[in-house]
Amino acid sequence: MIDRRPFVQKLLSNRKENLRVVSGLGTSTWDLMSAGDNKGNFGFIGAMGQAVPFALGLSIAQPKLKVVVFTGDGDMLMSIGTMATIANHPMSNLTVLVMDNESYVETGSQPTATAGKTNLELIAKGSGIENSYTIDSERDDYKILKTIYEEKGPSLVVIKCKPIATPLVFPHSFDGVTAINRFMETF
Amino acid sequence: MKIREKDWRNDIFDVFKQLNITLVSHIPDAGHTPLIDLCEKDNEIDVVTLTTEEEGIGLSCGAWAGGRRSALLMQSSGVGNCINALALPNICKIPFLSIVSMRGEWGEFIPWQVPMGKGTPKVLEAMNVNVFRADKKEEVGLTVDAAAKFAFNTRSSSAVLLSQRMIGAKQFKNG
Repeated sequence: MIDRRPFVQKLLSNRKENLRVVSGLGTSTWDLMSAGDNKGNFGFIGAMGQAVPFALGLSIAQPKLKVVVFTGDGDMLMSIGTMATIANHPMSNLTVLVMDNESYVETGSQPTATAGKTNLELIAKGSGIENSYTIDSERDDYKILKTIYEEKGPSLVVIKCKPIATPLVFPHSFDGVTAINRFMETF
Repeated sequence: MKIREKDWRNDIFDVFKQLNITLVSHIPDAGHTPLIDLCEKDNEIDVVTLTTEEEGIGLSCGAWAGGRRSALLMQSSGVGNCINALALPNICKIPFLSIVSMRGEWGEFIPWQVPMGKGTPKVLEAMNVNVFRADKKEEVGLTVDAAAKFAFNTRSSSAVLLSQRMIGAKQFKNG
């Protein structure tokens, strides 16, 4: 089980210029913001289930950039069909990173389906995202970096995380217009 | 489906081309089929088939952020699936355009289509979407043009409701 906060920070510590990062609501966004303010980030604070389709749209519009979306197991389960949409409209520049802590930590750590019988990697593979795998060791960060920057996507990595709450780290602005305008300055 | 003569779907397609709408997502409806076919044959338009309509909202917003305009095609039943997702274009003032073929109206045969058909304009308005409506074939192009320009020029959400009377109600035969 991975300690998500330092792991996300490590993944983004030497980020390349051609990377754009989207995050799903809640802890994924706080994780992303904890890695340092960057105009190339867009963090959801609501609209649960929309981060992954947003990242797909972005990857279609900006095929020369690398698009990564950090999402939680709760957010991914809500947009589970998007795995099929991604598989059937394959964008080589898209990587989905699911921070799977098997719980809705922000609301009191109620278990998600992945705490039970549900396996997101198998769903991704069954949906047709061939490059899907699971990691549960911090030492495998190099695999993810290779996937993001070198491998042909779409890819999906399930990152098994400890089910512990992490401190909230807010984005540059909670105002959606400010956030999206700032993000768009990077294109 | 081969289109033998120019009809209102061609008018919508022409608006897409004129306004540089190059990404079209959909959960199909029979009324939209000729339009989807036109888009699929066009080299500049990417067509994405969704698994549920709300995906089209995130998709559309991400594409706009990256510099591409898009439209979501769906039937009125799908509008209900989109409600919370509409917070995204609303709060970020991202232009969002949807073309909705109405069910549960004139000539509807399936009672299950009626509740969401009746609810469609109300829930769209509740989520701050500008609702346009086309009841006649000759006004479809103008209406879609106005709705799209409204969305892209004022950074807001627009939906065009295509009336079931105009589209022609689907007929079912038992057995």
